[in-house]
Amino acid sequence: MTKEELKIKLTELLPTATFDETGEWLNVMIDTKDWLPLANQLRNYFDLQFDFLFCVTAVDWKTHFNMVYHLRSTKLDHYLVVKAKIADRKNPEIESVYKIWRTADFHELEAYDLMGIKFLNHPGLRRLFLQDDWVGFPLRKDYVDEVNMIKL
Amino acid sequence: MIEEVGTSPEGDLIINVGPQHPSTHGVLHLVITLNGETVKNCEPHLGYIHRSIEKMCESLSYRQFIYVTSRMDYLSSHINNQGCSLTVEKALQIEVPERGKVIRVLMAELTRMASHLLWWGALGMDVGAFTPFFHAFREREVINDIMEETCGARLTMNYIVPGGVMYDIHPNFQQKVKDFITLFKSKIDEYDTLVTGNIIFQQRMKGVGYISGEDALSYGCTGPVLRASGVKCDIRKIAPYDGYEKVQFEEIIETGCDSYARYLVRMKELKQSLSIIEQLLDNIPEGEFQAKTKAVLKLPKGEFYSRVETARGEFGVYIISEGGLTPYRIKFRSPGFSNLSALHHMTKGSKLGDLVATMGTLDLVIPDIDR
Repeated sequence: MTKEELKIKLTELLPTATFDETGEWLNVMIDTKDWLPLANQLRNYFDLQFDFLFCVTAVDWKTHFNMVYHLRSTKLDHYLVVKAKIADRKNPEIESVYKIWRTADFHELEAYDLMGIKFLNHPGLRRLFLQDDWVGFPLRKDYVDEVNMIKL
Repeated sequence: MIEEVGTSPEGDLIINVGPQHPSTHGVLHLVITLNGETVKNCEPHLGYIHRSIEKMCESLSYRQFIYVTSRMDYLSSHINNQGCSLTVEKALQIEVPERGKVIRVLMAELTRMASHLLWWGALGMDVGAFTPFFHAFREREVINDIMEETCGARLTMNYIVPGGVMYDIHPNFQQKVKDFITLFKSKIDEYDTLVTGNIIFQQRMKGVGYISGEDALSYGCTGPVLRASGVKCDIRKIAPYDGYEKVQFEEIIETGCDSYARYLVRMKELKQSLSIIEQLLDNIPEGEFQAKTKAVLKLPKGEFYSRVETARGEFGVYIISEGGLTPYRIKFRSPGFSNLSALHHMTKGSKLGDLVATMGTLDLVIPDIDR
């Protein structure tokens, strides 16, 4: 599917979604509550078949968080970037997509460990890199660590 | 960290493998639940070499951050540098001169060969054969010497920079690589005689660590791991960069889905890399090796993603720029991280010894996983 066709298809599935076409791939901005049903459709619909989740990351925009999912369909050879906005900065939560793409398991653990985003229904949310008693989430913009951080 | 090492309520034995175990190739820590000798569960605990490179990069300029990335997948450091340079070039629309591109591809393929050679030697040790290690390091040493002469370093080269490469190749480079090709061609068959055809080795590899193509894709595996499960995924073919579209090479696909298939993919890739080097070595175009770039690089506001094929799989660099001198957020999609996440699936129900063999064919580099 081309960018335009994808856009039309996604608007049908989720009328509230907004798009950004400036980059290499089509970007779709959604709300966190729409993510799990949309992810199921993206993976399973015959004309979408996004079977490869190759990058999952979280971005701290100071007022809110964004979860960014890079998707590719190996069968139909098209790409999509999904950005879910997490407005609640105090208690950021989003549904886990571990059951749809199993690679999300580790990537979500990383986002939890370094950015502090809670994944609902994740099989075992734990600190992946840091110690269990580590305070704070290093990749957040407001994180200060006087001991371990070297100002460059 | 796990506290309940010992016996589980069901009577299973819970043990630690690593972080200081030779078969984990670095500081990888696995907590394994064993029923007799059968692996019931295998849970990786990471972070022993976590340096938070992504956070570090947020305070480094677009020329500086490339040096840090050599320290991730240190066996593919050229290719890591290439991935980062490509992202910066994409954002600033810098066109790399032909000479620069060809030198990059030559260096990347030499690195891939060096990496596969080290893996081959280490895999031998994992399954109980010590000799391959010496054979592999004998040839790898020659590549390291070539790298040292041109790049000034043997492991973390920092040679590929935005705009091209840092210096021109050494006058001896072409001759030395030719000597290496002659040497390697006389040795590659020896590898097959020594290891590939060995019946004990084959029995340790065949049918071990099975993962179907669909599962491997779901776990986000890339590189030789996914190609051994019959899925095409070579970035050099899917989205060619730096002139890979102009060279002839085959994407190796195996359908065995087991450790032996992964072994065969890498052994065949060695020959493909050699063929790429042969095609380019006498055809390095004259001209500039680096495009003219500003001393201080400033990326426009936006998001940039580029992918390269390292020896381990797909390496992605995702830069979010706010128009400043440093990235706002940077994410490295490392191939080893996703490949490791499939280990639990591959080894469930197998014997503890097979876990070591499976881990060997995943070709894990821990700094690449921990970042």
